[in-house]
Amino acid sequence: MSFLTLEKLSKVYGDFAAARDIDLSVAKGEFVSLLGPSGCGKTTTLQMIAGLVEPTTGTIMLDGRDITRETPNKRGLGIVFQSYALFPHMTVAQNVAFGLEMRKVAKAERDERVATMLGLVHLGGFAERYPRQLSGGQRQRVAIARALVIQPPVLLLDEPLSNLDAKLREEMQFELRRIQQRVGTTTIMVTHDQAEALSISDRVVVMEQGRMTQVDAPYKLYENPATPFISTFVGKMNRLDGVWRKGAAEIAGIALPSEASGFVEGQAIALSVRPEKIALKPAGQGRLDGTIANRFFLGGSWLFTVETPAGAILVSAPNDGEEPAREGAKVALDWALASQRIEPLAQGAAA
Amino acid sequence: MIPMQKNGPVALLFHTLVVAFVLAPLVVICLVAFTPENTLSIPTTSFSLRWFREIFRHPDFVASFVNSLWLASLAATLSVAISVPAALAIDRYDFPGRNALNALFLSPLIIPHLVLGVAFLRLFALIGATGSFAWLVACHVVVITPYVLRLVMAAFTGLDRSAEQAAMTLGASHWTVFRRVTAPMILPGITGGWLLAFINSFDELTMSIFVTSPQTVTLPVRMYMYATESIDPMMAAVSALMIALTAAAMLVLDRAFGLDKILVGQK
Amino acid sequence: MSVGRSAATPFWLAGPGALLFLGLIVLPLVLTVILSFHAYDHTTGIKNEFILAHYAAVFSDDYYLGIFWRTLRLAALTTLICAVIGAPEAYILSRMRDPWRSVFLLVIIGPLLVSVVVRAFGWSMLLGSTGLVNQSLQAFGFDSVRLLYTETAIVIALVHVMLPFMVIPVWTALQKLDPMVEAAAWSLGASHFTALRRVVLPQVSLGMLSGSLIVFGLSASAFAIPGLLGGRRLKMAATLVYDEYMHELNWPLGATIAIIVLAANLVIMLAYNRVVETRARKALG
Repeated sequence: MSFLTLEKLSKVYGDFAAARDIDLSVAKGEFVSLLGPSGCGKTTTLQMIAGLVEPTTGTIMLDGRDITRETPNKRGLGIVFQSYALFPHMTVAQNVAFGLEMRKVAKAERDERVATMLGLVHLGGFAERYPRQLSGGQRQRVAIARALVIQPPVLLLDEPLSNLDAKLREEMQFELRRIQQRVGTTTIMVTHDQAEALSISDRVVVMEQGRMTQVDAPYKLYENPATPFISTFVGKMNRLDGVWRKGAAEIAGIALPSEASGFVEGQAIALSVRPEKIALKPAGQGRLDGTIANRFFLGGSWLFTVETPAGAILVSAPNDGEEPAREGAKVALDWALASQRIEPLAQGAAA
Repeated sequence: MIPMQKNGPVALLFHTLVVAFVLAPLVVICLVAFTPENTLSIPTTSFSLRWFREIFRHPDFVASFVNSLWLASLAATLSVAISVPAALAIDRYDFPGRNALNALFLSPLIIPHLVLGVAFLRLFALIGATGSFAWLVACHVVVITPYVLRLVMAAFTGLDRSAEQAAMTLGASHWTVFRRVTAPMILPGITGGWLLAFINSFDELTMSIFVTSPQTVTLPVRMYMYATESIDPMMAAVSALMIALTAAAMLVLDRAFGLDKILVGQK
Repeated sequence: MSVGRSAATPFWLAGPGALLFLGLIVLPLVLTVILSFHAYDHTTGIKNEFILAHYAAVFSDDYYLGIFWRTLRLAALTTLICAVIGAPEAYILSRMRDPWRSVFLLVIIGPLLVSVVVRAFGWSMLLGSTGLVNQSLQAFGFDSVRLLYTETAIVIALVHVMLPFMVIPVWTALQKLDPMVEAAAWSLGASHFTALRRVVLPQVSLGMLSGSLIVFGLSASAFAIPGLLGGRRLKMAATLVYDEYMHELNWPLGATIAIIVLAANLVIMLAYNRVVETRARKALG
């Protein structure tokens, strides 16, 4: 049952399409992320939903109602802006109460709802402060409270965490998800950070150059990226270009067996495998031999770059407390056939 | 933090001389104003307020002062009333003639006040408006509006537009957004512009000397006329009062917005 | 933001101001240009004949040419002195630490807000025959010098009034400069002087140029300073116009001189824009 539906939504400026043919159904209570690099059209899409940008073509349906041409102040959606957009001349409580005031909610009820909402975002003691007296994370919470207090049917988040430092960002990710699940509001978040999108969304929409290229649950997106772009944008990926020969992938003259089928002899293919799916073995005991070119300690894991005849390959190994092989060591790389993917290398699509 | 950025002794000596040069005439005025003598001399043994009292025996000076206060307040207020919508139009809309309009509003900055004075005088002679206080106000509005407009424009440009969008998505109408969000956020720019306009209007001499009549003489014009005829310590007393007034306005401006920001501006 | 707004809105917003400016800038200027071509008779006043005689007179009479020459000379001298004092002062200010920096910036540019009549009056007291300058000269055993009602007095007071207009643009240019670029030049082996000349100066020269043109333009049309410190004999363009209007009552001739001052000012501003544009184009490559 779709709650928010975008149909063939496009925004064209002159001969540049910022967003093209966006089709998306979001269920009630769902948390959907729009993920992509800057300029991919994700923010334009969000602004069209918010009513801040008028779509060139297409429709937006909310709970069975066509809101495509409604002004933003009639839509009643909650929006958290990238800059937070708090009103600098109003206190935290006044900021949060603004939307209720616009809805002519009586003072007593207003105060109560503001207090409840500030409690929910853990800002109970900050009601009388001004935005400039708050830290980045606190401002973020005020912005969320202000958007949620009006009980919007849909909450829109525009790069909500991009102005926070790395540690706070991680904390706020989970905080955001906690609040969203608590309130149960349908949420759409725009982000360029794949880790952020994967960790808190029910579904992720990947956008490239104004188009949607994949809509999937985070783990499916990670395991089955639909395009070469997604495979490198979401997580790290080793891609080896080669040709299909005698039922195996041949990369730089080395035959790597495969369970895949349906390729023509001599067809150009790409074999991809995630770094964490590869195991380091003693030399000669794997699919591919190589030399460790360098290694980085990341705390929870080690990241190796291994030079092989097929090219440089990234390998991620969990930190088991022992020091692993050093730079210059001869190793072999091994992985399960199920964890490799082979795709035809379409002309021009590799870019 | 920044290494080796200190000024050397030569630089500091130079700086001291410049500051002395800048302050000398103002300090001398303030000292001479308190002289008990009949001549322009710096009081050495005793201070007196006699020349301040003398001002009040010149009703023409008092009248000019009151006149200038009214003129500057009215002109600054009208200028703000013109500049805010004009800045809104220039900042927020793209329309034919937008650049020409901006140039028109800023043109008094590059036209010498002397030329403006002469031009106003000609217009007033032809339409029979010489000596009119209302037309004098209009002239001052024209001369001070560029200052106000620049500050108000800077306030609009520096405004976080997403705060307005946020208000709108929370259900506010265009008018409510302006009243509750935009206006309070540009208020510092407006207030700063008003004060700067007030001071500029209050101090204006070159244009006003052409278009004031005996009934509408402003304080600077009165002082100029007086100083070309005779020089006595009363001029120093009046000048000291004007310095005090300006200093007070400056302190307010500086406390509220940072004087350097207003005078230096952000282009 | 264009939702539900009509195309006429900006004209309603800016219209009243635009009308006032058209009526009080464009119209009077046009009228003044016309006035400058009117014939004038000392007994009957402005006549309805159109002649070029005023322009011819101004450009051929030694009296007027002398005043124009003095105006240009004093304005140029003022500009030069302002540049020599103002630019280093702005640099020194920019290297100070707060609170000194803000305090002295206020001291240097604050007088901008004090009426020019007041400042001119202050200088006339300092430079008068019994003024502070002469008193100190005598105290050190020198003869007193005549300063008031000389060109020197005019230039001193003009420099005083114009200095902020030089400091402000140079200061602005210095603010945009990354304070570490000078240190970067030192780290690459440049001496302090070389760093100043090769790294700092090129970046503030546009500010100096901008300041110079403002100072020159304002000095050339200054009224109160020559009026109060030049006396009746030492006239500059602005005081000349005032006399033609208020004492000679020859408005057309006064208008002619005013239009010449305006034209000169506009030429300077256009030249300035040209220079800035060429510079900007070069900087962008």
